[in-house]
Amino acid sequence: MSARVPLPRWVDIALLPLLNVVLAFLIGGIVVVMVGQNPLEAVGIMLYGAFGYGSGFGYTLYYTTDFIFAGLAVSLAYHAGLFNIGPEGQAYVAGLGVILVALGLNGQPWLITVPAMIVAGALFGAGWAFIPGYLQAKRGSHIVITTILFNFIAVSMMGYIISKILKPANVGSDESAPIDAVSRVPQLRLFWDLFKNSPVNISFFLALIALVAVYWLIWHSKFGFAMRALGHNPTAARYAGISNAKVIMITMALAGALAGMVAVNNVGGVQGRLILNFVSGAGFVGVAVAFMGKGHPIGVALSALLFGALYQGGQELAFSMPGITREMIVTIQALVILFTGAMGDMLRPPLERIFGPRAQARAGDV
Amino acid sequence: MGYYTDLILILDSTVRLAIPLILACLAGLYSERAGIVDIGLEGKLLGSAFGAAATAAVTGSAWMGLFAGVGVALGMSAIHGIASINLKGNQTISGVALNFLAAGLTTFLGQSWFHRGGFTPQLSGDQRFGPITLPFAPELANVPVIGGLYSELISGHNILAYVAFIAVPVTAWVLFSTRFGLRLRAVGENPKALDTAGISVTLLRYQALIITAVLVGIGGTYLSIAQSAGFNNNMSAGRGYIALAALIFAKWKPWPALATCLLFGFLDALQFRLQGVQFPYIGEVPVQAIQVLPYLLTIILLAGFIGRAVAPKASGIPYTKER
Amino acid sequence: MATLTPNSEQRLNSAAALPAAIELDGINKHFGPVHANRDIHLSVTRGTVHGIVGENGAGKSTLMSILYGFYTADSGTIRVGGKAVTITDSRHALALGIGMVHQHFMLVDNFTVIENIVLGAEDSALLGRTLSKARAQLKQLATDYGLEVDPDALIEDLSVGQQQRVEILKALYRGADILILDEPTGVLTPAEADHLFRILRKLRDEGKTIILITHKLREIMAITDEVSVMRQGAMVKTLTTSQTNPGELAELMVGRRVLLRVEKGPANPGKVMLAVDKLVVTDDLGVERVKSVSFEVRAGEIVGIAGVAGNGQSELLEAISGMRDQSSGQVLVNGQPVSAFGDDGAARLREVGLAHVPEDRLRMGLVTNFLEWENAILGYQNDYGQGLGLDIGKAKAEARERIAQYDIRPANTDLKSANFSGGNQQKIVLAREMERNPDVLIVGQPTRGVDIGAIEFIHNQIIKMRDAGKAILLVSVELDEIRALSDRILVLFDGEIVGEADPATADEGELGLLMAGVHEGHEPDAAARLPEHVTPVEKTLTEMSPKTDRDIR
Repeated sequence: MSARVPLPRWVDIALLPLLNVVLAFLIGGIVVVMVGQNPLEAVGIMLYGAFGYGSGFGYTLYYTTDFIFAGLAVSLAYHAGLFNIGPEGQAYVAGLGVILVALGLNGQPWLITVPAMIVAGALFGAGWAFIPGYLQAKRGSHIVITTILFNFIAVSMMGYIISKILKPANVGSDESAPIDAVSRVPQLRLFWDLFKNSPVNISFFLALIALVAVYWLIWHSKFGFAMRALGHNPTAARYAGISNAKVIMITMALAGALAGMVAVNNVGGVQGRLILNFVSGAGFVGVAVAFMGKGHPIGVALSALLFGALYQGGQELAFSMPGITREMIVTIQALVILFTGAMGDMLRPPLERIFGPRAQARAGDV
Repeated sequence: MGYYTDLILILDSTVRLAIPLILACLAGLYSERAGIVDIGLEGKLLGSAFGAAATAAVTGSAWMGLFAGVGVALGMSAIHGIASINLKGNQTISGVALNFLAAGLTTFLGQSWFHRGGFTPQLSGDQRFGPITLPFAPELANVPVIGGLYSELISGHNILAYVAFIAVPVTAWVLFSTRFGLRLRAVGENPKALDTAGISVTLLRYQALIITAVLVGIGGTYLSIAQSAGFNNNMSAGRGYIALAALIFAKWKPWPALATCLLFGFLDALQFRLQGVQFPYIGEVPVQAIQVLPYLLTIILLAGFIGRAVAPKASGIPYTKER
Repeated sequence: MATLTPNSEQRLNSAAALPAAIELDGINKHFGPVHANRDIHLSVTRGTVHGIVGENGAGKSTLMSILYGFYTADSGTIRVGGKAVTITDSRHALALGIGMVHQHFMLVDNFTVIENIVLGAEDSALLGRTLSKARAQLKQLATDYGLEVDPDALIEDLSVGQQQRVEILKALYRGADILILDEPTGVLTPAEADHLFRILRKLRDEGKTIILITHKLREIMAITDEVSVMRQGAMVKTLTTSQTNPGELAELMVGRRVLLRVEKGPANPGKVMLAVDKLVVTDDLGVERVKSVSFEVRAGEIVGIAGVAGNGQSELLEAISGMRDQSSGQVLVNGQPVSAFGDDGAARLREVGLAHVPEDRLRMGLVTNFLEWENAILGYQNDYGQGLGLDIGKAKAEARERIAQYDIRPANTDLKSANFSGGNQQKIVLAREMERNPDVLIVGQPTRGVDIGAIEFIHNQIIKMRDAGKAILLVSVELDEIRALSDRILVLFDGEIVGEADPATADEGELGLLMAGVHEGHEPDAAARLPEHVTPVEKTLTEMSPKTDRDIR
């Protein structure tokens, strides 16, 4: 009934999201206390595990890379009013593109294979995301449902392809043939001793480039303008001569391409082969990252780093505190989505009372 | 004889596999008919499966397990309700969060409490819901045709399974023959029409969420302490999403929902059955090809190639009294 | 016109002894800083039709929503049948016998009529019994009041007029004694409105009390017994209808405001810039809303399209501006046929020099979440910057220029558009569309929801465009605006152009008849004595906004 009271900009874009994240972690802490563990000790171990030593930090950055791509894939689509829950499947299918190209060019130096892997991953990811985009744009199928279903279809399809087609006869587990070391995405430890034993690779820089590129695309390009117009008001977009269908399809394809970079990081940079379910939830973390980051590349970068640290620190934690498993991180991820996404406005009324115009006016009267 | 027994066996496992789908699908039906999208069915199934198994393990009672299973689903529905009804948040996001919450917490708590890598202890006897033998089932077992049908297919399921099947006509009746059903359908189509008639939209939507929770809670309980003998990681395995797909496929109607869930259950049963079976000309049918069918069928339906699935008009939209 | 029913004076006199159906005493209501109702006093006599008139935003709907329990008043007393009550919600209002027919119907589209009628008023937990009882009652209501609707029809299959009857039935089924109708004729065709008014008379004659909210004076004169005038949230005066006249009411409605006069010289029509040839357009449901319409607009003239809302104006505008596919026919801009097919047709029309100020700026013309400068280039974004990039510097510089030219306040290009007032939002749209030197300008409802100061500015701006040699197509439901601005008037009725008039010589009555679909009508009599068969909407149309007495008599 009441119109939204405008809050000062810094409250809206910084304080409110921060409080929401704090709330999510507080509740996560309470859960840890409930199982009889000390949350502060847990945080300490996690921080050390994530940032305290070279290879830990390397792992953190490796996870961060995945989460930046997945987070951007969700964020970009969200600006066009599309809720893309499909980065998981998009990344998975992109893995096929990456491995096909890599095996095709196997033995070539990475300067040749890596760009090819990037292009192939992007194309396959884009293709997989394009179909739900097309179905939304042309057939009106709801993008949330179709992207969820496409995740499942990707699992079945890739499961078949990996176990029945790509798997060499002499290999026991379900995975493709390996890529030669020279053709893989180079890991940073080759250049930088700090990251020894960690998988962070030059995809990380690709992620940083993607952050800047997405920022530019959303706020400094004509297409981004059209995308945002569509996201806020499809009728006005149509009035402005912006083709809703075209923008939806292109946006989804771009989002899928971004998600596809997860495969470059993982398949090309770490595993060196395509293994079953290699994405293992990174695509879904992207949803949390996007909401926590409010769809802004800077926010996405920060929250991807946070989740990267949580994932790496969580591994460390599972070692040192047997009472806590890695799944605690999934719980935190859920709480972050809940408090920054679905319940994002819960703290708004009290903040309005503190910072709203009436409060300011009152302060002015005194 | 051999083929007939085979058929009965496949149908029997069809029924068993369909039951959690039916319960979850009907659960979703109440919620979506009331205008609340429930992506979180998956998480609710998982959460209540864990709650039921953990409680049954600790108390030794399947009924306590059922209570706990439903209780967990109610708690999750409460979160969903607060987020999407009171705070008018995005229902999809809330559902996604609940799914992760269940995935994370069940494993985490399971490990902390039972130290079995996320599994709950094996359950047996009173800790589970055992099969009920309907009257005369053993006696009739040897009667040709009907005997097998009755004693294998109809008799010998547990109480929750029968609840699932009874829930279908009950839902159909509630939805189309009662005052509550009329209001429920109205609130999902045009909440304002109810509000101006002096009926509380909030209350009605919470009532729907409670029914949703009870049904999906029974479904989760079925998974862990009726169908299986304990909880294991991620044991809902996408059934909540399949149920959601079935709901769309059934166009939000109870009897078609039953039919769709049975179809999806049958596909599931078939997939187990056909593993390793060689067909002439085709060879082995890949498991994945059958696994993927429910999703593909739903997408084809959603794309409007076979009829149109039109969701309740107000679903997904928080209700706000406008100025 | 001899009838057995008492005339309005007799009704008022005989009811005087009884307590008023409704009495409002000192009602106040604020919405944030807006004082929507200030100290309202009102008494509605039982068994009468009581009109409430006022301009848009005068507070009529808010007042009635308070009476119906949708909002709670900040202060004041409500008495129903002499008893003081606090109406907490709609249910309570219904229990007190107050029913409301909303401007936007509160019906469930895929429910049947009877399901909608019992919804929320079911008398048993099982539907079967409720429905069979309701069926019998409906039959009774149908014969009593001439409210005939098929109880098993789906709402979505009914016409607007029939849907409105369902709304009335809903209220009566709930035992409403007092019926509030909020702008009931806005969406009706003339015949439907006619039918509605017959029903209302019958209801009154059966002893129901009716409160009619409207801004159309002809309706007030034709059907009400008493009339209350609201202005800027306050109740100005209550009069007996037979003792007043539209002129007086109009003055009360607007205060002693001097009517806006637009200074304009004679038109200087040049070559044809916009030609519409046998255009056919369907709406989203596939219903034909524009039926083979042809007309031309020349450079340097303003062609106004008059008509009752919902006669195809929106579809016509949307098709010409490329927002909606044309089923058949042609639109030619500057002699060139333009295809609007596809969902980016608007871009193609802009390219050939057609600018469009849409009817509904919040839904179409602006993205309220965008900053001012972003809306200042909406639709023209591809003109800013080479290649893929957007030249934000250039966009902002131009936006600043427009802000200065059009006196848009606050003068801040980085402010969210939602934070501008209606008038300033409209100026953002106008500036954007006018300052791009288009050949053809299409303007829909240019002053809807805009304050008086801005209206004058907007009107002058449109004239300026004409004098600069632009071809202008103006669509407005305010007949006054059409008459003041246009050089030629086309009348649109039921998707067809039914006539053309010269605003300088056109007679109001003649225009009104055209707008009502009566092609060769005769001069209507004085409003209050209109014969039964002339539809109330005609009366309405000639009375779109206040006139001098000469216009009415």
